[in-house]
Amino acid sequence: MPMDATELESNLSLFEDWEERYHYLIALGAKLPPYPEEYRDDQHKVEGCISQVWLRPVVLDGDPPRLEFLGDSDSAIVKGLFAVLRILYSGHTPEEILAVDLEDFFRRVGLEQHLSPNRRNGFFSMVEEIRRTALVVQQS
Amino acid sequence: MSEVRQARTSAPALWTGARLEEVRSQFPLLSASESDGRLVYFDSASTSQRPRCVLDAMEDYYTRANANVHRGLYGLAVDATRLYEGARKKIASLLRAPRVEEVVFVRGVTEAVNLVAQSYLRPRVGPGDEILITLLEHHSNFVPWQIVAEQTGATLRVAAITDQGDLDLEDFRSKLSSRTRLVSVTATSNAIGTVVPLAEVIEDAHAAGATVFVDGAQSAAHGDLDPVGLGADFYAISGHKMYGPTGIGVVWGRFDLLSEMPPYQGGGDMIREVRLDGVDFAAPPQLFEAGTPNIAGAVGLGRAVEFLEELGPQALVAHEKALLEVLVRDLESFEGVRIVGSPTHRASVLSFVMEGVHAQDVATLLDHEGICIRVGHHCAQPLLHRLGETATLRVSVAAFNGSDDVDRLLQGLERVQRIFR
Repeated sequence: MPMDATELESNLSLFEDWEERYHYLIALGAKLPPYPEEYRDDQHKVEGCISQVWLRPVVLDGDPPRLEFLGDSDSAIVKGLFAVLRILYSGHTPEEILAVDLEDFFRRVGLEQHLSPNRRNGFFSMVEEIRRTALVVQQS
Repeated sequence: MSEVRQARTSAPALWTGARLEEVRSQFPLLSASESDGRLVYFDSASTSQRPRCVLDAMEDYYTRANANVHRGLYGLAVDATRLYEGARKKIASLLRAPRVEEVVFVRGVTEAVNLVAQSYLRPRVGPGDEILITLLEHHSNFVPWQIVAEQTGATLRVAAITDQGDLDLEDFRSKLSSRTRLVSVTATSNAIGTVVPLAEVIEDAHAAGATVFVDGAQSAAHGDLDPVGLGADFYAISGHKMYGPTGIGVVWGRFDLLSEMPPYQGGGDMIREVRLDGVDFAAPPQLFEAGTPNIAGAVGLGRAVEFLEELGPQALVAHEKALLEVLVRDLESFEGVRIVGSPTHRASVLSFVMEGVHAQDVATLLDHEGICIRVGHHCAQPLLHRLGETATLRVSVAAFNGSDDVDRLLQGLERVQRIFR
């Protein structure tokens, strides 16, 4: 049974210390399924200045369709943050994805600094790309 | 570690104890006590912090003397003009400019390079002419020349660096010729701290008949390099990297060169007379200061120049040099850390990477410890590419940094390693 948002939040809330929280986050990223090498290309590269980030959204057939996300980064923290996104978003419908209050969730688990709309922040671009994909699928 | 600490206490140049506290206490942003989470600010190469006296000078201007300059005849306007021109004099004295009129206020080095590229160089070059820069340059001393090269058909050439990160003088000389119209070089690399041998570069460039622009962004607050005395033709500094405000800087230029240059922008305060059929321009520096200038910024920068003098330029350089030596030694002996570049002479800046941990992750985690260091390519992508890196961590030191900051950095790095273990 894969972890859901509630379980993730309670896990992250266990840590009083940021060191432990990041240790957990990095471990989450390390457990991600391997990113397929054939999608490590410009088409799947997300704009980010310092770290490299890849994202591949997959639309699963169904009514309504559900979305699945594969992602990777050379930054272990960004990879861990993507693992959080995957728990929140993967297997969900575009409506469900767009309804998630990500800022609120990140604030509750003490990771809000990563959502700053900074041009250097590859992770923020990743979030925008996921939302954009959900919107496109919803409207198609 | 004990060996290192012993070396620290025996380095008399390094500010410690009461002297360090005295300097640090002048910076409101850094004045929190250790227990209240004093920030370790190691990013002065990007922008330094401001001492109280600079903030006071700007507030004093706004509360006591705010009016436009060079225009009104009332007392307030006279005061404002006096403060603004007084700042110009202080900066002229810092740069040892032969004439105060050679000091032009701009937004910073970026605008200075663009001004010289467009007003000085553009009318003077065409196909077959060459502009020579070095691989050590910040993008702001790179891109404006690329633009002029594209506009005019001139060729931009780039002098190589050695594996250690020094300017390769042999390569520099081989690229210098009678076709070289201008050489633009930084005094100190913002990414790896290399100090460029300015005297040799200027002498060789002049021997080839080229004009020389020196980018002083990283050097102005870190010692007396005296590019003007060494014969540079243009020299630019940014206020915010030398304890002054953002949005203000200076380009100094030889008066005969400034006098031959067309204006960079048109507007108020740069004209002598405007008629329906034409315009007579004012003389430099007014010619290059169209519109209402950043008066409070200039006043703040003038005060920052005095602040540097009060610190004692020689004592400051010696302190920073000693602190850099501590940093180099401690990081060299830190397992898993690799310093990027080992230039013969280094000033104020040091880049490093941590094996097995992305630089971005290191910086993110250090931020939680209240340690501000820069991560990325430092706007010097060609240089980092040459050194085989895409992103490094950069520590830059200033008057308010002490060996206690280095200790906290090392503790932070140990914590990073624990997290990744």
